[in-house]
Amino acid sequence: MGEFKVHRVRFFDYMPSGIRCMAFNRKADRLALARLNGSVEIFNFSNNYFQEKVIPGSDSRSIEAICWVGCDRLFTAGLNGEVVEYDLERLCPKYTLDAFGGPIWTAACNSAETHFAFGCEDGSVKLFEILPDKIQFERNLDRQKGRILSLSWHKTGTLIAAGSLDVIRVFDVKSGHSVQRILVDRGPAGTRNKDCVVWNVAFLSDYTIVSGDSAGKVQLWDANKGTLIKTHLVSKWDVLSLSVSENEDSIVAGTSEGTVIQFQLLSPTIGDAETQWIRTRTFKHHTHDVRAVTETKTSVVSGGLDTQLVICPRMDKVEVKSSESVLRKVIFPHRSLVSCAKKPSLLLFQFPDQLELWRLGGTDTVGKPGESLPVTRKPEKLIQLKRKGDDHICCSTISECGHWIAYSTVSSIRLYQLQCDNNNISISKVSKLPKVLRSAHQLQFSADSSKLFVASEQATIHVISLSRSECTHVHTFKPKSGSSAPVHLLAASADGQWLTSANRHCEINVYNLKKLKHHCMVPVYNSLPSAMAIHPETNNLLMAHADQQVFEFSIVDKQYTDWSRKLQKEGLHRCRSKWHTPITHITFNPSAPSQVMLHDTHMFCIIDQSLPLVDLKAQFYSRLTPKDMSETDRPSKNNAFKMCKKYQPLLHVNLLEDDWLVVVERPLIDIHSQLPAPVRQKKFGT
Amino acid sequence: MAELYEGFTLCGLAAGQSWENSGILGIEPGRDADHVIVTGAGSTVTVYKVSDQKPLGSWAAKQGQAVTCPAVLHGQTGEYVVVHDRNVLRIWRDEDINFEKVFKATLSAAVSRIHALPSSEPLVLFQRGAVRQLDALLAAPQQAVEEVLSEEEVIRWSSCFLEAEQPLLLFSTEKSGECFLYLQKLNPDVLHKYNIGSEGKGVCPIGFTATLENKCITLLCLYSSGCVYKLLVSLHPSAEGEQHLPKSLLLKLPVSKGVLHRAAIASLEEGHIAIVGAPHSASTGDRDFLCIWNTNFQTLQASKKLAGGTYGQLWCNAGKLYVTHGKVLTVLPYRCEKSSLAAALGKLKQTSTQEVMSSPSVLNWNSFPHEEAALQQRTGMRTRNSKWNLKSQATLATSINQVLEDIKGVSREEVEEVLEPFLSCSPVSPQFQLGLTDIAVELLKRCQADPGFYPQSVLARLTQTGRLSHSSCPGFLMLVLEKRDYFLAQLCLQHFPDIPEAVTCACLKAFLSVADADLVRVSVDLEGVSLMDGPGQSLEGVQNGFSPVLLEEDSCDVQLTPPKLDQSSSWTDVSLTCPVGLKKSALLNEIIQSSYSESFLLPHLKDLSAQQIILFLQYLQYLYVRSSGDVYTQLPGLRAPTITQIMDWVSLLLDAHFAVLVMAPEAKGLLAQLHRFVRSQVRLYSELGKIQGTLQELSKINKAQEIGLYSIEVIELF
Repeated sequence: MGEFKVHRVRFFDYMPSGIRCMAFNRKADRLALARLNGSVEIFNFSNNYFQEKVIPGSDSRSIEAICWVGCDRLFTAGLNGEVVEYDLERLCPKYTLDAFGGPIWTAACNSAETHFAFGCEDGSVKLFEILPDKIQFERNLDRQKGRILSLSWHKTGTLIAAGSLDVIRVFDVKSGHSVQRILVDRGPAGTRNKDCVVWNVAFLSDYTIVSGDSAGKVQLWDANKGTLIKTHLVSKWDVLSLSVSENEDSIVAGTSEGTVIQFQLLSPTIGDAETQWIRTRTFKHHTHDVRAVTETKTSVVSGGLDTQLVICPRMDKVEVKSSESVLRKVIFPHRSLVSCAKKPSLLLFQFPDQLELWRLGGTDTVGKPGESLPVTRKPEKLIQLKRKGDDHICCSTISECGHWIAYSTVSSIRLYQLQCDNNNISISKVSKLPKVLRSAHQLQFSADSSKLFVASEQATIHVISLSRSECTHVHTFKPKSGSSAPVHLLAASADGQWLTSANRHCEINVYNLKKLKHHCMVPVYNSLPSAMAIHPETNNLLMAHADQQVFEFSIVDKQYTDWSRKLQKEGLHRCRSKWHTPITHITFNPSAPSQVMLHDTHMFCIIDQSLPLVDLKAQFYSRLTPKDMSETDRPSKNNAFKMCKKYQPLLHVNLLEDDWLVVVERPLIDIHSQLPAPVRQKKFGT
Repeated sequence: MAELYEGFTLCGLAAGQSWENSGILGIEPGRDADHVIVTGAGSTVTVYKVSDQKPLGSWAAKQGQAVTCPAVLHGQTGEYVVVHDRNVLRIWRDEDINFEKVFKATLSAAVSRIHALPSSEPLVLFQRGAVRQLDALLAAPQQAVEEVLSEEEVIRWSSCFLEAEQPLLLFSTEKSGECFLYLQKLNPDVLHKYNIGSEGKGVCPIGFTATLENKCITLLCLYSSGCVYKLLVSLHPSAEGEQHLPKSLLLKLPVSKGVLHRAAIASLEEGHIAIVGAPHSASTGDRDFLCIWNTNFQTLQASKKLAGGTYGQLWCNAGKLYVTHGKVLTVLPYRCEKSSLAAALGKLKQTSTQEVMSSPSVLNWNSFPHEEAALQQRTGMRTRNSKWNLKSQATLATSINQVLEDIKGVSREEVEEVLEPFLSCSPVSPQFQLGLTDIAVELLKRCQADPGFYPQSVLARLTQTGRLSHSSCPGFLMLVLEKRDYFLAQLCLQHFPDIPEAVTCACLKAFLSVADADLVRVSVDLEGVSLMDGPGQSLEGVQNGFSPVLLEEDSCDVQLTPPKLDQSSSWTDVSLTCPVGLKKSALLNEIIQSSYSESFLLPHLKDLSAQQIILFLQYLQYLYVRSSGDVYTQLPGLRAPTITQIMDWVSLLLDAHFAVLVMAPEAKGLLAQLHRFVRSQVRLYSELGKIQGTLQELSKINKAQEIGLYSIEVIELF
């Protein structure tokens, strides 16, 4: 029963984009992160670091600075000279504004959140007033020679420190004049003809300016006198990022070498009141440029060109061992980029700029477990579909029968019909889509491929009826709570009666497709659902949440099932607690409907609902692997829980017919091999 | 080690020659070693002075007449003999100018070849197998000639010899794929017939060469399959009638594909053969090579690429090979050296030393631009420049002999003076490496004969060229030891690849017995000990926190309790003063690093006295402590002995002299220390053995299976 034939797929060339800048919102406990391809991601730190929202990027956008205002306003500025505010409900830019200063290198918001300062290519620092629904240009500070690469407000809002080439200036905000000009010395002999780029400045409330520059120095300056207090040479290469903790007792700096260095304000001798900045820790979690660092209360967060977001706990701040006290690396998105048509064995891969449709290969031999079978039919790339326009693809799906493909960007939805007879594949775009369809957060075909469900940007769900001749808009479901939160998950039942949607306010609504009305709402759980599916036979809704909890809800009875309660009691999450990536997909075994399969990045597991959950804890505390046990002792016969860690990291796992499994892996080494070469470092013995 | 010198063009080939036929019928020796008679190229006979590349005389047959066999020189009368139109014999002298007017005799049968013998009447071989001496034939030109060969049997090759003033003619024939060999003796007239036997379908003999040695003719036969067979033809065969001649495979040329068509073989002296038109390595398959092979060791000794393709014609005369290729006839002087172990290694070994010993090239009177010469040979152009080159070439060839002459009976200073220009160029020009051995042997002879004569600096220079070996000049090292020249002895140990164990042992004995005071004024290469501390320096035997502490327990388990302090048994403390001086240790290091075979060395080691053994063991112990205290198993310095070499020598010495050492009271402490070393080694290995299993597991884990972009696997979930 536990034997599967596995399509081990490694040809999904998913390449995450490098991290450019980050901003942490302490009030909302959320991290906003901008990538090199212009996409913005929001991680909810209080909800198990779940990737809550993704605003797809655009070819025309490049982000150099990102800034929160208040709890829920997010701004970015970039080299195209534009300032963008985002709509965090509809997950798209709300408006863009040209600063008219050439490329913008940096942005900073004052502590009162009344004004923005932007540092531009032409050497100007532009002040913008923040209004409730827009920002408005106020004035320029005195224009200087050389581009402004970094900015920092003093807490009082009266002074701004600006880093440029070879120089740091302090501006008086009121007068707009430069009141201090600090020369930063260039690197060691031999590099003196190269400008020293002040990549970062931070203005502390005690009028100390911290700077990080291209000569590898972190320097502390007295802003009043313009004198150097202390130099820390931390790297042979650039110091690219700098962050000061909220209470100004810690500074972290990220370098080109991939290290993150922490400085702390400590007294050199115990009991001494006098404190100074002392270099304390070095973290080396990156291989490439650390382009962004920030500090939360308990951890140091860093990201860079090697595309991974590293959340490294500060052990001196962590008191109890909890999920916060482990090092996390976020490499893959917390949603599925792969959709699968089970019957024709098709896989649809979603890239930001294209879709790829592959047909899986096959074999005509059988083998014993552990064997690798000869591939008699090779996998085949059927279609490569480039998107139109500048905006990146935000979601895509393929119908169960494999005849329909749909994808959406922030500006449009496209639906394609696929004819596939033998070796001839033809694809035709469905030209006339109903007017209501503008953009989608999630797309889902019904099990019989007769309907397309579109989670729109207005938090509603459109039901589109599909036929060969035309597509018609059937109905629009609105959430009963009236919430405008974006829907990020959709699930339809196999019998075509039920549709469920989950939005980012943790609400899960169930709609009756036959009666076209709202059926019920699942009790709100305080963690975002990360995956859900409706059981094909019992019509029970299975939900996995960002905090690793799994629930089963009976749609018909409108209550949690007994199995769900039992699972909560036994504690399924215990075995999963050491994994930190959310479950991204739930599916069922077509040939054994009692088997539920769920997976995250590191493992997949199959739970047999027909088997008791009793020995669950015992099994996971025991270190013995079942293989070592004798046939009779093996718990496999009566154990509900089977898991597999052989394939890592997983982007997608799905159960096909006849006990076939498809596993989409993306080895980290393949990602690393596509990254640019890191800065050369002398390693011992080389 | 045989060597092909830079060749030169003797003459161009006639314009009308085809791809198969070079137009040259044959090359026969002239009146001395420097003269050859070249027949062919438009029915002409030309006499060349080889060293001058100059024709001395040329005679051409009339239009319509074709020379059918190579002209020969009648050694006794100084007349040239040639046959044209098969049966017209012509005889003339150098003075004769008009070929038409010279002596002419028409014979009754067609002639195959005329063979000249230096001190005898030339032999005429008729196409039907009969043989006559020339004078007998001239007496009655129209005499009847018997038919020896059967129908369709044709002569392929012939050669003649003189054995005990009795001329012999050996010729091979072929009849419908079968090969026969005839040995014709004259006075009395005896004919022996042999069947060579065939070598399978399509494989036939294409080249022959024969030498007479010890009343036995050695016939080498090159088959088209690339095999060279050796056939021994006895001069006094016992049986009558046709006999089958057994053959033994001598050499198999790496003929990768197909068969050889145009190839020739010539036997040189000392078990060397020259082969043209066959590849020398299977990888290239290029057949346009002239190669010299050593048949004793089956090694390639020298090879030369011949531009323009070969015709499979090769003659050998007076230390020079004549080969036709492209549009020219090229003369290549060669030299074969007596077989020695070092020479047996062949060309490959020599090239490697050349690479290692790449020294700055010195341009002087006898080095010339090789590239240019080669280029001119290819084009066949003879400019003034190339003439100059060829002249210097000739000077080169004679210079070795000249040098050998010059160093006979002159004083040490003069020897140095004579050899100076020679040695300064020797690394550049490989043709001198054979001369080096000769010079060394010559000097050696003189040193042995005259005790006062010892040109140390010259000998050192010769040794440093790296071309000498013990087998090429035996006795060299012993002479050096006799003269107590430790500097040169060290050089020899470094440069000779093949020192016998007995000599190694003699060196060891000499080194051990020499007093340190005697070495003060001897300059010794201290590279082997260059970074070693001077004697008497103590060692901090701790690296990376590892302290090699010897444990007294017999168990091989690691004991964690520190050894007692009073024991002073931390074995890194023992005798950390070097028992010998720095120079002596450098010499001993050379011995330790020399190659040897245990079973041959052991009997000679027994010659050492107990004192010498103890001293050497103490030194080895010192080395061992030095090197094992270090994390690196090799002592610093380029040529420092490895710990394995040290341990091997300790074992050997103990094997050879254990009984003596046990009895000697002064060796007691030493033996106890060595016992500790052995124990520590045993323990080290047992510890390594313990982690072996773990390490094996690691290697299993690391064997990451290769997974492609797509695979299908079967798994079972528990």
